[in-house]
Amino acid sequence: MALSLAGARVRAAALTLPLVAFIGVTFLAPLGLMLARSVHEPLVADSLPDTLAVLENWDGVSLPGEDVFQALARELLTLHKQRSLGGVATRVNRLESGMRSAIVRTARQLRNADPGSWREAMIAAAPIWNEPKAWRALQRSGERYTLRHFLHALDLERDSEGNVVAQPPDQRIYLSLLGRTLMVSVVITVICLILGYPVAYLIANSPPSRSNLLLLLVLVPFWTSLLVRTTSWIVLLQNQGVINDLLVAVGLTTEESRIPMIYNMTGTLVAMTQILLPFMVLPLYAVMRTIAPSQMRAAAALGASFGQAFVRVYWPQTLPGIAAGSLLVFILSIGYYITPALVGGRTGQLISNLIAYHMQQSLNWGLAAALGAILLVCVALLFFLFNRLVGVERMRFT
Amino acid sequence: MGSSPHVEFHGVSKTYDGQTMVVQDLDLCVNEGEFFTLLGPSGSGKTTCLMMLAGFEAPSSGEIRLSGRSVQHLPPRKRGIGVVFQNYALFPHMTVGRNLAFPLEVRGISAARRRERIRQALEVVRLDGFEHRRPGELSGGQQQRVAIARALVFNPTLVLMDEPLGALDRRLREEMQFEIRRMQQDLGVTVVYVTHDQQEAMAMSSRVAVFHRGHIQQVAAPETLYEEPEREFVASFIGDNNMLRGQVLTVERDHCDVATPDGIVRAFPVHHCRPGDPSVLAIRPERVSLTRPGVYTNEFEAVVEDILFIGDHLRLRLNLCGNPNFVVKIQNVIGHSAVLAGDRVRVGWSVMDCRALPDEEGAGSGVLTRPAAPLRSPPGDATGVSGTDRADVPPSTQAV
Ligand SMILES: Nc1ncnc2c1ncn2[C@@H]1O[C@H](COP(=O)(O)OP(=O)(O)OP(=O)(O)O)[C@@H](O)[C@H]1O
Ligand SMILES: [Mg+2]
Repeated sequence: MALSLAGARVRAAALTLPLVAFIGVTFLAPLGLMLARSVHEPLVADSLPDTLAVLENWDGVSLPGEDVFQALARELLTLHKQRSLGGVATRVNRLESGMRSAIVRTARQLRNADPGSWREAMIAAAPIWNEPKAWRALQRSGERYTLRHFLHALDLERDSEGNVVAQPPDQRIYLSLLGRTLMVSVVITVICLILGYPVAYLIANSPPSRSNLLLLLVLVPFWTSLLVRTTSWIVLLQNQGVINDLLVAVGLTTEESRIPMIYNMTGTLVAMTQILLPFMVLPLYAVMRTIAPSQMRAAAALGASFGQAFVRVYWPQTLPGIAAGSLLVFILSIGYYITPALVGGRTGQLISNLIAYHMQQSLNWGLAAALGAILLVCVALLFFLFNRLVGVERMRFT
Repeated sequence: MGSSPHVEFHGVSKTYDGQTMVVQDLDLCVNEGEFFTLLGPSGSGKTTCLMMLAGFEAPSSGEIRLSGRSVQHLPPRKRGIGVVFQNYALFPHMTVGRNLAFPLEVRGISAARRRERIRQALEVVRLDGFEHRRPGELSGGQQQRVAIARALVFNPTLVLMDEPLGALDRRLREEMQFEIRRMQQDLGVTVVYVTHDQQEAMAMSSRVAVFHRGHIQQVAAPETLYEEPEREFVASFIGDNNMLRGQVLTVERDHCDVATPDGIVRAFPVHHCRPGDPSVLAIRPERVSLTRPGVYTNEFEAVVEDILFIGDHLRLRLNLCGNPNFVVKIQNVIGHSAVLAGDRVRVGWSVMDCRALPDEEGAGSGVLTRPAAPLRSPPGDATGVSGTDRADVPPSTQAV
């Protein structure tokens, strides 16, 4: 008996194996690989093994010896022949600007010669080889495991002594962007709550025929393509768009001073709020539906005004829904990417857009991964906090 | 206990959809200190009446008065009525103490007096020491008591209860019936109580209003309802009654003769009737006796179809006067137990125990539908023994 029960449980669990495998292959594995990239960067180390080996003995202050120059020159030439110099040059350049062109030029000029002194030939090709900072950059970009990307993502760097210091002010962008993203997410969550709560209340307290219709209206945006919705916001909000035309026609603003409502933070806020609203309404509705109408009636019969009944009886019972909806909207908006990209312009970009930039444009995957990891930690922290304060098992999502 | 009217309904009607009248032209008067019960089958409009009284629904027409004052424009919170809802409607996120404090806090009563009142209210329902529990941590009966305590804690003079014991098991229900009655008498409050359980209504009430399809059929004390039903519906709804259908032949001052398929029955006319009127005769099973010839005015012979042995009494089923489920209830005393199924017996009853009621079927307002062929209608059918207490005559045991 007990055996067959255990067998049934094993079989039931086995049914979830395809899903587990699917999640493992399509989600966990890429996530793990990506996160690993934030600290693991073996390209330079693999490309310049000899150079890095001889550099081990370098004192870090004076100019390295001829053996180092020779090892580097040989390896650069090999890489040049294999046409894989670019990646290495780019990575070293991230630590010391000017290194990219120095490396490429050096490799090109050394191609044919076999000079007596590699040192003089290389310095002739690129004078930066005369400076220790070039070699420090080379050495540090050769570290297989590095916290560089995380430091970078937090607007920090290592100075020449290896101490962690703040980036120069004009290069600090990530922390303020992270702050802006959190801020925008909070604002969107609050707006969604303010807009969604009365709607959910109305739906939950209407007779079935009407509540179904209202629910349908909330769900319609779900079934409409995100791109369509975002583009329609462009139609509405752009400078020559419907709303501005209307305002001009009514005389609230003039032709010259049309209000910029899109390709900035306003655009991001408006479009994202609209898109995320159902994620607030549905959990709220799910909770409100379970609150019997007799609760408010009982409060009224006991002498409470509508306000008192709402604040003391209704609102507290909707807290699990508020928590679930807010968490959902907040977490979704913290990682939102497509809408800000389309309607955010320059000032309405969020951290995810920068991650996408580093993935697609600058190809600095390590930094992208570090930023993503920081975002992940933020969300996880938040979830942990929520769980502590509200308790996930008390939340209701549907 | 005063006797001035506390609650009055004057010609109150209610419709939700503008077509069907859920409550129609209702007149009602509940006196101060009464335990007044609205009794009726499901859907007969009891809750609707209670909700109109509490102020959650507005009458479509007519007027409701509380202590002589019209409450048409008074919102629920200003009526000062304690309401016990069917599913208690306790606030699940508050402790028992907070639940009870709620009506006092919204009335601005000081903390010290609140504590005192809560203590008293919990004492009344015998739940001292439960202040810090949440409703979810209480049994059904305890939740019920908290709901009652909360309805009483702000000292209302009128308390409404909508099937408050519906969710409890039978033993607890009987215990709580007693408790509620005790509290009502101790505090001297007026209670308007809703139930569809006639035994509950009979056990607790000083007066009962029997509802049927939005109309009040009869308002009377429980004994009167049982002994002197005035309408066919009341006779069939309260307790057991054998119903015989027939036509009035002659009418005298204190009796009338009614023709039934098996012969003429002499009965007491409850209402004025004329020869030729259709009539329904109601005879309680325990008022019919096995008899020798010449003892009763009404005597008939019939074959015992089957016998049910209950213990202290026996139930014989006869096919008599057009009713195939005519039940005779006889005491289990020596001699009577000798009756067997298939025996031919002589039964009789007195004129005063046989009430001639107007047959309301023709008027369209009666519930009892006459089967096309009155023979062999199933046991418990409306033409036979009626009332809610027929659970002890299950069809499967009738062939014993
Ligand atoms: N809010 C409403 N809207 C429309 N019809 C209603 C509403 N409330 C009740 N009704 C109808 O009114 C009639 C009487 O309902 P009511 O709740 O008063 O019956 P009741 O006697 O309390 O029955 P029960 O014993 O089942 O509680 C029913 O037919 C019901 O369908
Ligand atoms: Mg009801």
